[in-house]
Amino acid sequence: MNLTLKVWRQANTTTRGSFETYPIADVSPDMSFLEMMDVLNEELIQKGIDPIAFDHDCREGICGMCSMFINGEAHGPDRLVTTCQLHMRKFKDGDTITIEPFRAKAFPVVKDLAVDRSAFDRVQHAGGFISVNTSGNTQDANAITIEKHDADRAFDAATCIGCGACVATCKNASAMLFVSAKVSQYALLPQGKVEATDRVLNMVKQMDEEGFGNCTNTGACEVECPKGISLENIARMNREYLTASIKG
Amino acid sequence: MGTLNSNIPKGPLSDKWTQHKSNINLVSPANKRLIDVIVVGTGLAGASASATLAELGYNVKTFCFQDSPRRAHSIAAQGGINAAKNYQGDGDSTYRLFYDTIKGGDYRSREANVHRLAEVSANIIDQCVAQGVPFARDYGGLLDNRSFGGVLVSRTFYAKGQTGQQLLLGAYSAMNRQIGRGKIKMYNRHEMMDLVLVDGKARGIIARNLVTGKLERHGAHAVVIASGGYGNVFFLSTNAMGSNVSASWKIHKKGAHFANPCFTQIHPTCIPVSGDHQSKLTLMSESLRNDGRIWVPKKIEDAKAIREGRLKPTELAEEDRDYYLERRYPAFGNLVPRDVASRAAKERCDAGFGVNKTGEAVYLDFAAAIVRYGKEEAHVKGLDENDAQLVKKLGQEIVRSKYGNLFQMYEKIVDQNPYETPMMIYPAVHYTMGGVWVDYNLMTSIPGCYAIGEANFSDHGANRLGASALMQGLADGYFVLPYTIGDYLADDIRTGTIATDTPEFDTAEKEVQDRLEAFINNDGKNSVDYYHKKLGKIMWNKCGMSRNEKDLKEAMTEIKELREDFYKNVKVPGGLDEFNEQLAKAGRVADFLELGELFAKDALERNESCGGHFREESQTPEGEALRDDENFTFVSAWEYNVEPAKAKLHKEALNYEEIEVKTRSYK
Repeated sequence: MNLTLKVWRQANTTTRGSFETYPIADVSPDMSFLEMMDVLNEELIQKGIDPIAFDHDCREGICGMCSMFINGEAHGPDRLVTTCQLHMRKFKDGDTITIEPFRAKAFPVVKDLAVDRSAFDRVQHAGGFISVNTSGNTQDANAITIEKHDADRAFDAATCIGCGACVATCKNASAMLFVSAKVSQYALLPQGKVEATDRVLNMVKQMDEEGFGNCTNTGACEVECPKGISLENIARMNREYLTASIKG
Repeated sequence: MGTLNSNIPKGPLSDKWTQHKSNINLVSPANKRLIDVIVVGTGLAGASASATLAELGYNVKTFCFQDSPRRAHSIAAQGGINAAKNYQGDGDSTYRLFYDTIKGGDYRSREANVHRLAEVSANIIDQCVAQGVPFARDYGGLLDNRSFGGVLVSRTFYAKGQTGQQLLLGAYSAMNRQIGRGKIKMYNRHEMMDLVLVDGKARGIIARNLVTGKLERHGAHAVVIASGGYGNVFFLSTNAMGSNVSASWKIHKKGAHFANPCFTQIHPTCIPVSGDHQSKLTLMSESLRNDGRIWVPKKIEDAKAIREGRLKPTELAEEDRDYYLERRYPAFGNLVPRDVASRAAKERCDAGFGVNKTGEAVYLDFAAAIVRYGKEEAHVKGLDENDAQLVKKLGQEIVRSKYGNLFQMYEKIVDQNPYETPMMIYPAVHYTMGGVWVDYNLMTSIPGCYAIGEANFSDHGANRLGASALMQGLADGYFVLPYTIGDYLADDIRTGTIATDTPEFDTAEKEVQDRLEAFINNDGKNSVDYYHKKLGKIMWNKCGMSRNEKDLKEAMTEIKELREDFYKNVKVPGGLDEFNEQLAKAGRVADFLELGELFAKDALERNESCGGHFREESQTPEGEALRDDENFTFVSAWEYNVEPAKAKLHKEALNYEEIEVKTRSYK
């Protein structure tokens, strides 16, 4: 396949960026999107052009490091995949592909397509944990029984990879899906109940301070989420928040 | 320079750890506040160690090169974590886990360390559940288990195919709690560039801020390396793109011995290579071997027809299939250890029975499991067990609930539906059992410098069993290092803050600066990846699944030549003071180019076959690995000596007091 790539180039956080156009030839449909970017970067290096910076690491859809807004969609046109799992067979010969960074006030661009998502970490510092010391002197793991249905739903919420596609997709740049996934995981488990009130209040407060927008229930985040994190989590977080606000 | 005293405590094996904990020095809570510890890496070992050290009261500085500690590659571990809980009542015990691990490692690991690992394994599960890790449960609400290779019990705890993710996020949450309290200072997008020694002790690191490119000095009373393994020396592996040996290699160059570098795990079930553009390989969890049956066609003409697309695997009759693992190893069948399964796949493919275009793939087939589960489910629901369509549908649902994410991953990459047609798999580099040499306290041969998790060499011998890496990472980080490090730090309570405006830090920083400038100013013609790929080819072809003297000698020469060419002709674009991924990568590949040669040298010296290390010169008439216990029951610990080829060998003898050393048999 021969393709035309329109790629966002930005030297660092403070400079202005713009699109640059690069043609690329002989792309195999079996390549992953990032392998196609590797080939382009190899060509750029040979031509003496600064290669395109983008975040990536595991390349199997689990670390959450890769991002990219491809043709107007977080992680591109395929569903339930990250950019590293997107394959070129999803595109046609002659296509023009527009590649941008995840855009949100809380995610400043580091360089080109790489953004700073440390705001997500800070929300987790505010309450994304159960306060139990790692002494190993807890009760036996089977002393707590958890209904399979709840355990499975807690697991589903916990599969969030923290990539930020929900924020990049949301017209309000809201992080509600991300935050609610963590709140839900613990809300569904007996171990998480003890600190439930503080957790939801603190995490939501930090989320607001980071400059994420609010949720207006368009549901776009759920559609673009590579892990299929459900909107139900946002509803659950809202309930938790309301309860906590009344109590607190 | 360091000596090779493994510091294994005296006493009966099963009491060593308990007694050791009672006897070692402690640091009081008030004094812990005066002590700084650096942790490099935030995988299971690094994250769990950081969290626990901070909880104990130490001031922790933690570094990772990714944009968040949650990205570390432990997150990609799929299948599970072992623990001797015996929840299934199938005869499991601490001893049996210990025994299986020693045997699985082909009698090349340290008894005392492995026994300790088995002892603390049960605590890990308790701890993780308390932290809210959502392990799989059965309908009674209790924890579920599955079985992994090389064992005859079900002791593996799991969270679908994302066990590593859930455990890492558990450790990350424990870290977050301490970051929020200010007890851990987290440095994301920072890379350790060198270790700083003061009076022979590890007293800090030089780190590079990968966003600004600025070098930073960080002092501490101890430095813990938890930076994972070096599988990426092969270029293609299941490791993450950024996984590297640099932190381990930098301490090696400062005096830490590097142990058993040739012990590498080639995992049998990975998605085969599809072309030259390939940047990494994807694992399909070993847990799939619980339910998947591995086969190739029995007749060579059928294999040829399949390769040419004239025949579909589903069209091949049962009697025309060769379930070669079940045939060769009836006792363990598809659940033989990884090294055995990998070599068997290679043997069939080399004999011409491979099933994809390149001839380097075998089938992993779920059809039988789908029928078996479907019939069970139909029976439970009171439906017709003889309705093939219904049984298939029900069976597929069960398989989806167990392995859904893995099947989806396979389909996205290969563009084939594994519910309908068997998966194609082939072995790939996955894990490195070798690593930095450590004593019983996990201290390297540099005082005050520790190595934990995959970065060290200690627990898996010549082959790691499935679901044991997660166990070791968390055991080291939660339950071993935080205690043993106190024994060393007890002498440092009056030392005070480590100053970084000293000649030692000046020199270390200058060396790093010079190295980086040399890359940028090198007016070369080839990219960093050009060299990395070439190195990978040499490693895979000559130091891969099967090794011989001639190849290994050639590999050493070729790697040395490639390294020399690299320094002359590598082209690193961009500048020093900016986000420059190529520059970061150049430093990592430079270290791989040294490690690769030592790797080949180690494989050459070890003229026996054991675990993942298969020397063609040392095999039984049936082609099974043949150990040479008389001459090679030792750990090879290499001391740095400028040229990898001139590294000095120290031997740590392995004494088996509890276990009788036998030929490993899975037949």
